[in-house]
Amino acid sequence: MLHRVAITGFGIVSCLGTTPAEVGAGLRQGRSGIGIDAERVRLGFRSPLTGVIRDFDVAATLPKKARKSMPDFAVQAYAAARDAIAMADLGEELLANDDTGLIFGVDSSCLAAIEQVDALRRLGETVSLGSGLIFRSMTSTVTMNLNTLFKTRGACWSISSACSSGGHAIGQAADLIALGRQERVICGGAQEINWESMCSFDGLGAFSTRIAQPAAASRPFDKDRDGLVPGGGAAAVVLERYDLAQARGATILGEVCGYAFSSDGNHLSVPSVGGLQRAMRGALKAAALAPGDIDYLCAHATSTPAGDAAEAENIAAVFGPQGVPVSALKALTGHELWMSGASQVVYTAIMAQQGFVARSVNFETPDAASAQLNIITATLERPPRHVLCNSAGFGGTNACLALRFGG
Amino acid sequence: MTDQEIIGLIDSSLQEEFELEAKIMTPEASFYDDLGLDSLDVVDMVIVLEAAFGFKIREEEAIRSIRTLGDLHAFVIAKKRKLEGTA
Repeated sequence: MLHRVAITGFGIVSCLGTTPAEVGAGLRQGRSGIGIDAERVRLGFRSPLTGVIRDFDVAATLPKKARKSMPDFAVQAYAAARDAIAMADLGEELLANDDTGLIFGVDSSCLAAIEQVDALRRLGETVSLGSGLIFRSMTSTVTMNLNTLFKTRGACWSISSACSSGGHAIGQAADLIALGRQERVICGGAQEINWESMCSFDGLGAFSTRIAQPAAASRPFDKDRDGLVPGGGAAAVVLERYDLAQARGATILGEVCGYAFSSDGNHLSVPSVGGLQRAMRGALKAAALAPGDIDYLCAHATSTPAGDAAEAENIAAVFGPQGVPVSALKALTGHELWMSGASQVVYTAIMAQQGFVARSVNFETPDAASAQLNIITATLERPPRHVLCNSAGFGGTNACLALRFGG
Repeated sequence: MTDQEIIGLIDSSLQEEFELEAKIMTPEASFYDDLGLDSLDVVDMVIVLEAAFGFKIREEEAIRSIRTLGDLHAFVIAKKRKLEGTA
């Protein structure tokens, strides 16, 4: 028998804010978190646009001894997970046991890898590099560090699948609980924001160059979109076996009622029509829901011409023309890459808690593909109830999560 | 440098590197139990002390037997005196 999976806590450090109140206000008001990093222009980037995290003090979050093995995005993941754990009201005894685990989606720790090489070239001997860089530079840096900080003793690993990493992390966490292999998992995604990790991506010509209007640069599904804006931070969710959460009197915020994955088996960077569609159908089936039951679809849509068009075709194939209300939150946040599949779950949970569905900002004119969609252009004053969250990554790896809110 | 100056520089270097409070920096303080440091911190402690005193101690066997802050004070003072003697 499969267990039901409850969402009992969430936390986030994003360019929209670091508290549910702040992030919810940003989503409701359509406040952009995108800005300019002037250094990127000097360095030869095509685009200086980036998500900008304000008001997060890395040094005030953890002592120096803990931080020396953590890049900034791991400290942000700690803060998001700490807030999620506090919201779920998980005490020490519910964390420090074999049935509590950690799974995060992360696909780089580029800056630390560069720092160690630069330092070796400068110092001329490995023994002067210090003890922290090896732990900072590994892709599993988030889960290895958080495991020592929270004292969890179950699952402890990171998933790398490009821009669907966070989606698969939450999906796999839900699966482990559904199968009875873990009772609760702190899961999510984290993404470094720095020019070093983005330079070769910028070189692909995938980023928006609407530099004069940063807030209008990321425009998913709009006919005049010209590329994505990279962003990042960290998002965390506490998932628990539903019956156990209920028995301990936890507030059930929502439920992960389906997860499915698929891959395109096609092109490195061009998404297929078919791949994401199979993930969406799989998630609906796993949740025992019909397309008509879904009242909100949180799209992956990153504002690239090819990616958004493929997703629009895939959504239309599953739901039919105008079949489901859709919005793309990356208009405000930019593309949070490895984190984005997880941040969509947190953003949706915040909207469920605050009773609205955010509009798809910057969507003004449809193209042939997006004209098939029911894209939300004015904030819906009702909470999402049955939701699909899409994410998709380079190599054609797709994740779809079905969520239920409101009991 | 006087012994007191050496001890002062050791303590201030470790306090800064590991965010330690002055009141726990007693000669009896154990690195592991009282200062909360671990084997990885020892790697960084060696780097910090080498930078502060301008000597190399990374290959010294005697480091391995250091257990308390007082042991470290004595080790560094002896090292300094030895280097002064050969200078």
